[in-house]
Amino acid sequence: MHRASSKYKNSAAFYDVDGTLIKINIVHAFAFYAARHASLIESAGRSVKTALSIPVFWAADKLSRKWFNEIFYRSYEGQSEDRLVVLADELFEDVIKPNIYPRAKELIEESRRAGVRQVLVSGALDFTMKPLARYLGVDDLIANRLEFVDHYATGKLKKPFVAGATKADIMRAYAKEHAIDLAESWAYTDSFSDYPMLAVVGHPTACNPDLRLRSLARSYDWPVLDLDEEPARAVSRRPQGLARQIRRS
Amino acid sequence: MRAIRPKLRSHAREHIVTIDTDSAPRLFFYGENLMMEDLPVGTRVIYPKRPMTPVANPVAAIRYALNHPEDSEPLHALLRPGMKVTIAVDDISMPLPIMRTPDVRQLVLEIVCEMLADHGVDDVHIIIALGLHRRMHDWEIKRMVGPKVWDEYWPDRLYNHDGCDPDGMVVLGHTPHGEMVEMNKRVAESDLTIYVNLNFVPMNGGHKSMAVGLCGYESLKAHHTPHGIVQSNSYMDPPKSYLSHSFKRQGDLIEKTLKVFHIETVLNNRAFDGPLSFLNKNEDDFTEADRLKYQAMKWTLDKLPFTARREIFMRTPAAYEMIGCYAGGCDPVHDKTLAKQNEQNCVEVDGPADILLMGIPYISPYNVNSKALNPLLVQVMALGYFYHMYRNQPILRDGGVLILTHPCSDRFDPVHHPSYIEFFNRILTETTDAYTIEKKYQDELAYNPSYIEMYRRGNAYHGAHPCFMWYWGQRGREKCSRVIVVGADNATVPEIMGWETAGSIAEAIAMARGTMGRSAQVSMMHHPPYMICDVM
Repeated sequence: MHRASSKYKNSAAFYDVDGTLIKINIVHAFAFYAARHASLIESAGRSVKTALSIPVFWAADKLSRKWFNEIFYRSYEGQSEDRLVVLADELFEDVIKPNIYPRAKELIEESRRAGVRQVLVSGALDFTMKPLARYLGVDDLIANRLEFVDHYATGKLKKPFVAGATKADIMRAYAKEHAIDLAESWAYTDSFSDYPMLAVVGHPTACNPDLRLRSLARSYDWPVLDLDEEPARAVSRRPQGLARQIRRS
Repeated sequence: MRAIRPKLRSHAREHIVTIDTDSAPRLFFYGENLMMEDLPVGTRVIYPKRPMTPVANPVAAIRYALNHPEDSEPLHALLRPGMKVTIAVDDISMPLPIMRTPDVRQLVLEIVCEMLADHGVDDVHIIIALGLHRRMHDWEIKRMVGPKVWDEYWPDRLYNHDGCDPDGMVVLGHTPHGEMVEMNKRVAESDLTIYVNLNFVPMNGGHKSMAVGLCGYESLKAHHTPHGIVQSNSYMDPPKSYLSHSFKRQGDLIEKTLKVFHIETVLNNRAFDGPLSFLNKNEDDFTEADRLKYQAMKWTLDKLPFTARREIFMRTPAAYEMIGCYAGGCDPVHDKTLAKQNEQNCVEVDGPADILLMGIPYISPYNVNSKALNPLLVQVMALGYFYHMYRNQPILRDGGVLILTHPCSDRFDPVHHPSYIEFFNRILTETTDAYTIEKKYQDELAYNPSYIEMYRRGNAYHGAHPCFMWYWGQRGREKCSRVIVVGADNATVPEIMGWETAGSIAEAIAMARGTMGRSAQVSMMHHPPYMICDVM
């Protein structure tokens, strides 16, 4: 029925993942690993440490995504590569899969049906994203890579970091390599910090946006998608109350 | 002392009033507000006819139509236990404003569903035939179909049509003119389809019901073209409408392939009643109470913020009543429907106008329960629907000047009209040429995955819908020498549309006379409720 596949053969759709396609973020993944150590005491200890670090992570994220990455990924130091990779499938099944937004897969299928190349661009670690990429059936995955020495994590990320403005650079490089026309491409993200990735494509779309991005999208007339909304199965009430209507507008 | 002269108007021509020196000012809709303006002496004001008397018992009238159909066996004779039946029903885009409950579609559905159950037909789905309109919200559907049908069918057997569902659409074939005919798969696989129509304007109903209400983009783009609109003289006059001819070609193919039983209902034009009944009146006939009501309403509307004004209008349903119900085969049913509808809505007018005035109200078929009548919809109301409200010859002569009243605010509903925003701000600023837009941008918007997603699972109009809206105004754009908007609250929107602005009706008429001459014939179409001018 659709005749779009030829039209968009040089187009790509770039998706941020955390908050855009799934409800959780990289801290959830880290907490999963922290809670699955060989000894119960070590698991408990790391879980408590993770919980206590959350305010630090939050503050670092607010100040600079670069600082956040440096502080956050240091927590992986000393963990073995095979353990992280082996647990990734379990992480996906237990944590990520139940938290995929209801309409995320449909959005990707819709886009693929239009002949658009599907690419995940995530600040999460590549091995945690691979099962999700397979599940969603995307063409490519661009994610952060942890540095390993002798198969043990150093707690540092390999460059380039996938975050903020670098995402836009990576997308440009990807487009050049794959002969993608960015003016005819899409980008989906939930966060204002990903403004650069929206700015480099012709069809930016705010997806479950935070307050700042929602406001920006309204100003720039970008479409806003809420993937958390499933078609209603039971009747919802018509929005009531004149005052509330006025406030909402 | 000046004598009080009673207004004597002949009953037969009460819908035409010529402004005299002592005539009252006339009331214009101005978006979510009203304005009262004095018109020059000699201006011809065209009013709709009075509401026709409704059928005494709508339920009995519907049952009678089902049992005495046109060119078909009665509905009960078409039913067999175990058969697969789909009921398609018109969406919320009509009537305008929305009607009071019970909606006439509720009355029809309750009778039909009961009849199906009585005949052992259990495999029944009800599909909202919205074409490429937005999905109706669940509370809108509940209000329209009523609690009885809602409780029994929602959500598994009562749902919105999805014209972009690759697994839910099939191609029935092509017309001899090469127009593709897509169809909702459930309908295509049904033993019988019952179409429940609410006919509000002559371009609706008939073959359009099935061919547009249950189609996809590929079918629709065959006739929703600038060329098709320009060739329609007018699209409210089906025999002279290119659109209607195309619908018929597609509809004939559908009727050959599928078994369809049509039910069409006609409403009178009682758009306002109770405290708002003065809006239906000739201003010369206003009582003191009417004048006070107008003043109170105007004072309140002036004080309220935009959203509150809009909410008040949206929550004021119309008091429409059923004046006819016909059932059976598509063409004979629709002929009867049109005859009844024309009896209510057509008014005879002597000759076209050189300058035509019209107030643009707060509502269109595409912004029911939306946050605004966006600029594209203002355009479609002015140069599309209202311009086309004629038969025989245009009510505004070719080369004439159209004057409309609307604030033309830069307001869009991002949930219902996301692609309109891109269309207006990006595409329309590059070109306003409908033919270029059709070639260069229509498919881009139609196949945009974000817009498809918003149409299929959100409540957005299809991505290409704003293009169609621009085409709807193409004949008006080509035939009017100037469009002047009175009361625009900004300069940008009218400029993008290619319109001029004026501060008052008097100023706009003076500008128009600059083109059309001092002796230009000035007319005003006094709607809503709408009327169709039989221009002699």
